[in-house]
Amino acid sequence: MTPYTWTWVAIVAAAALAFLTKYAGHVVPEAWLEHPRVHRIAGFVTVGLLAALFATQAFTSGSALVLDARVAAVAVAALLLWKRAPFILVVAAAAAVAACLRLLGWG
Amino acid sequence: MPVRRPVATLMPATMLVMPRLDATRQQALSVSLATGAYGLSFGALSVAAGLDVWQTMALSLLLFSGGSQFAFIGVIAAGGSGAAAVATSTFLGVRNGFYGIALAPFMRPMRPLTRAAAAQLTIDESTAVALAQPPQDVAARRAAFWWTGIGVFVAWNAITLLGALLGSAIGDPADWGLDAAAAAAFLGLVWPRLASKRAQGVAAASAVLALALTPLLPAGLPILAAALVAIVAGWNAPEREVPE
Repeated sequence: MTPYTWTWVAIVAAAALAFLTKYAGHVVPEAWLEHPRVHRIAGFVTVGLLAALFATQAFTSGSALVLDARVAAVAVAALLLWKRAPFILVVAAAAAVAACLRLLGWG
Repeated sequence: MPVRRPVATLMPATMLVMPRLDATRQQALSVSLATGAYGLSFGALSVAAGLDVWQTMALSLLLFSGGSQFAFIGVIAAGGSGAAAVATSTFLGVRNGFYGIALAPFMRPMRPLTRAAAAQLTIDESTAVALAQPPQDVAARRAAFWWTGIGVFVAWNAITLLGALLGSAIGDPADWGLDAAAAAAFLGLVWPRLASKRAQGVAAASAVLALALTPLLPAGLPILAAALVAIVAGWNAPEREVPE
C-alpha cells in the first residue's frame, strides 16, 4: 500500500475509535447515573469543566501559558457579565477588544 | 415519549419556554461561530501537513473533535506514523466519553439513530452549552446540545473546506479576536453557576490545575483534570452547596 492509502486507513481508524469513545458514554447503565454521589459530582463537573475550558482558551497557546490581548478581552467580558449584559454582546465585545488591540500591534 | 395534546394547551407551555430557548440558541450560535472559525486553521494546517482536501474533510466530518484532529495532523506533519496519529487522537478523545455520561440524565431515552447522532456531536462545546442551562429545564438543555452540536458541525466543516482550499493564503482567526470570543463564551457560561463558595473553589482549582498541566500534557487532557477536582469536591458535599 502507498503512504496515501495508509493515511486513509489511519483516518478511518481514528474516526471509528473517536465515535466508539463518544458512543460509550451514551450507553453506560442507568443504575450508575442514579447514585446521589454521581449527581453531586456531576454538578461540580460542569463548573470545573467550564472554568478549565475558559482558562485554557484565555491564557494558553499550544503548550505555553501566555498573557496577550485576550487578558484585556476577558476583563471586558467579565465587566459586562457583572453588569448583566446579554451573552452575545459579551462575546462580540471580547472579540472586538482583542482584534483592535492586535491591530494596534499589542498581543 | 410526549403525549399528544391539543395545540391550545401546548401554547402557554411553549410561551413559557420560549424566552429561555432564545437565550439558549443565542449561546449556541455564538459558540458555533467562534469555534467553527477555527476550521480555517485546521483546513490550512492539514493541507500543509500533506493530507489532501478529501482526507482533511474526512477528518472534520467523521472524527469531528477539534483537539483530536489537530493532534492527528500534528503527528503526521512531524513525520510520525499513522498508528501514532491514531493513538494520540484517541487518547485526546477520551474526555468525549465522559461527556456522554454527563449528558445522559437529560438526553435519555433516545432512539438508536438519534443516539448515534448525539454521540457524533458530543464534543466540548455542545456539552458545555447544554450543561450551562438550568438542570430542571430539560428542553433547554436538549435544545442547547443539538443547536450547538449541529451548529459547530456545520460551521466547522464548511470552514474546514474553505481553509483546505485557500491554504495558508488566509489569515489567522486570532486576528479577528475569535480566540478571545471563545474564552468570553466559556466565561459567560460558567458565570451564573458560581453562587456557592464551594462552586467558586472548584472553578478556581480547575482553572489553575488546567493551566498548570498545560505545559506538561497534550492539549485536551488538562481539561480532564477538572473532573478530578469535581470528584473531590462532590464526594461529600452538602446538597445545598451543589451548583445547579
